[in-house]
Amino acid sequence: MNTPVSATDERPVTASAGTTYVPLIDPDTPPPAPRPGLGRPTAEERFTVVGAWASAFALAWLVTQRLLPLGGPAWLLVVWFALGLVMTAVTTSMSGRRVDVVDRVVGGIVTSGALVVGSALVSTVVFVVYRGWEPLLHLNFFVDDMAGVGPRDPFDRGGIGHAILGSAIQLGIAIAVTLPLGIGTAVFMTEVGGRFAVVVRTIVEAMTALPSIVAGLFIYTVLIVAIGFPRSGFAAAMALSVMMLPIIARAADVVLRVVPGGLREASLALGASRWRTVWHVVLPTARPGLATALILGVARGVGETSPVLLTSGVATFWVTNPTDGVMNSLPLFIFKGARSPEPMDIERAFAAATVLLVLVLALFVIARLVARPPRATAPRPRRTPRAKSAAVEESA
Amino acid sequence: MTTLPVQDSVLPADQPSPRRLSRKATGADRVFEVGARAIGATVLVVTGGIGAFLAWQSVPTLQRYGWSFFTESAWQPEADVLGIGAVLVGTVSIAGVAMAFAFPLALLTALYISEYAPAGLKPTLVSMVDLMAAVPSIIYGMWGYFLVMPHAAAFSLWLHQHLGWIPIFSVDADPDAAVWDQSRYIGSAFCAGIAVAMMVLPMSCAVMRQVFSQTPPGEKEAALALGATRWGMVRSVVLPFGRGGIIGGTMLGLGRALGETIAVLLIISPDFVIKPRILEVGTSSVSALIAGRFGDASAAQLSALLTAGFVLFLITLVVNTLAAVIVSRSRSGAGTDA
Repeated sequence: MNTPVSATDERPVTASAGTTYVPLIDPDTPPPAPRPGLGRPTAEERFTVVGAWASAFALAWLVTQRLLPLGGPAWLLVVWFALGLVMTAVTTSMSGRRVDVVDRVVGGIVTSGALVVGSALVSTVVFVVYRGWEPLLHLNFFVDDMAGVGPRDPFDRGGIGHAILGSAIQLGIAIAVTLPLGIGTAVFMTEVGGRFAVVVRTIVEAMTALPSIVAGLFIYTVLIVAIGFPRSGFAAAMALSVMMLPIIARAADVVLRVVPGGLREASLALGASRWRTVWHVVLPTARPGLATALILGVARGVGETSPVLLTSGVATFWVTNPTDGVMNSLPLFIFKGARSPEPMDIERAFAAATVLLVLVLALFVIARLVARPPRATAPRPRRTPRAKSAAVEESA
Repeated sequence: MTTLPVQDSVLPADQPSPRRLSRKATGADRVFEVGARAIGATVLVVTGGIGAFLAWQSVPTLQRYGWSFFTESAWQPEADVLGIGAVLVGTVSIAGVAMAFAFPLALLTALYISEYAPAGLKPTLVSMVDLMAAVPSIIYGMWGYFLVMPHAAAFSLWLHQHLGWIPIFSVDADPDAAVWDQSRYIGSAFCAGIAVAMMVLPMSCAVMRQVFSQTPPGEKEAALALGATRWGMVRSVVLPFGRGGIIGGTMLGLGRALGETIAVLLIISPDFVIKPRILEVGTSSVSALIAGRFGDASAAQLSALLTAGFVLFLITLVVNTLAAVIVSRSRSGAGTDA
């Protein structure tokens, strides 16, 4: 109950001059007239929109399929879109002014644009899965290699196990190289600073513009042509590292920069050294962001084909030693399959693309879960004793 | 960092003097600082080394071929005629087609997500765009090659028939033939551009959406309170505020489109001719040139390829830097005061 209103509990019968009474309002009684919804379209507005597009569809079908020689679904969609805008404009102009017409038409255009993008994404995923589902039904596709398997062999022979293993090994090496270097650089740029850090930051940001094919060509020229290292998984991992290092360093830099300065100062004021401050305060605070940076870098690296194409070569068999000769990987397997004239090879490539897509999706979901702000209760019991013990250690 | 005040006992007791403070790190802090500096220096050497290496490698090529390296269209190492004129034009036309598709769609999608979508749907849409950006380019390449290319060829034919008088839409084929020659319309810059557009679209869209979402809500509400329709609010508040983001996001996408390799390599039929006719079969790009020619390259040829890569890197660097400058200026609110 509103306090000023309910202070006088009964309505005065006669109003005396010089006294003002606040009208009593009972919030439980329904209002005499229904409140107009704010921001929500009325039934009429909704009918105008839906009706216009429905009638436009009927008209478009009539025009393209019956009247004009414009058969096919493509023309139907285009004419539907154009007529939908016209119908929206006409129906709106019956009740509204010019601004209303423009508003409604632009709303239609914006929504259609978003729908086009959404359907393009859906068509990509559906098409890849549709073309590649058959090999996926055989378990050997995930655990076998392609050694001795011809392009016309049935799908219960051969698989992409070697490509998955190759991708895993190459990415593992690339992460082992880029993660310490990338986060170390970010720590240097944010925690130490100075004029030199500005130079490093400028160069690292510039190198994120390096096209991946040029990174591959660089490793090919230096490692394979000049030094004479064989085309191998290690060379591919180096190419991926060169490509991923600026990306991870830059993303980690952005994450570390938003760590509140008060946390650092509190840690330093408690007597912690700078290294302890970074290790126990800055990095744990930024942990979700750093994990996201890493996972997105990996998601980029796992699908990157061009540096691998130049540096690793194609093997059809299991290779576990990254320094010993050619090694296949998922994107390379897909690329070679897609260029092959054999339909079964193409189908295998689509199946491998489905696996790659699922892999990227899984990485992406993990990144989202990690990046989600932690619930207030979950991390606290873990972190407090450690921070306390650290503080005790420092002060002792 | 803890620095103890330096006790100077030799000073006379009656003369107070400011204690000397040292900002120099000592002990463990010094180790940390030196270690971090060393890591930074390593990364600087590695990443900067690549740029320096590319520049150094391109010196002999540029000395050998001079300015004609940029104007010559043929790539015939056996005849000692090398140039990136054709591939540069191809790169730009593919990226141009990609941006012609990606820019309007990215803008509309970003507007839809930030202004038109129901509030409950927004987080899902945002992560869908991010997911779209994470899909590997080889998958968009396959989508473009196997699914889109036949339709794109049919659309090219229609464009040729009706807009063929515009030079870029003309094709060296008979548009009104009884059975149209599909092989003249596939593998073109237009087909490759569509696949590249799918790749750069989510990137531009994400930047634009982020800038749109930073529009001050007070200004939006003020526009609505003054009687603006939703489009009126978008036009008078959101778009002017996000202008920097729109330009910056587009240029960021352009930088990515210029360097895209694998989708282009999969779709185009390589051809080394300076060709403004984007619908016609045969084009090339710098990255496709590198991917196609590195295997059988001699040392001199490799240096020429590195030069081409260096030129590509410089172009994307300039585009990305401009984009970063524009986006960062728009975030600070320069767009609102104008």
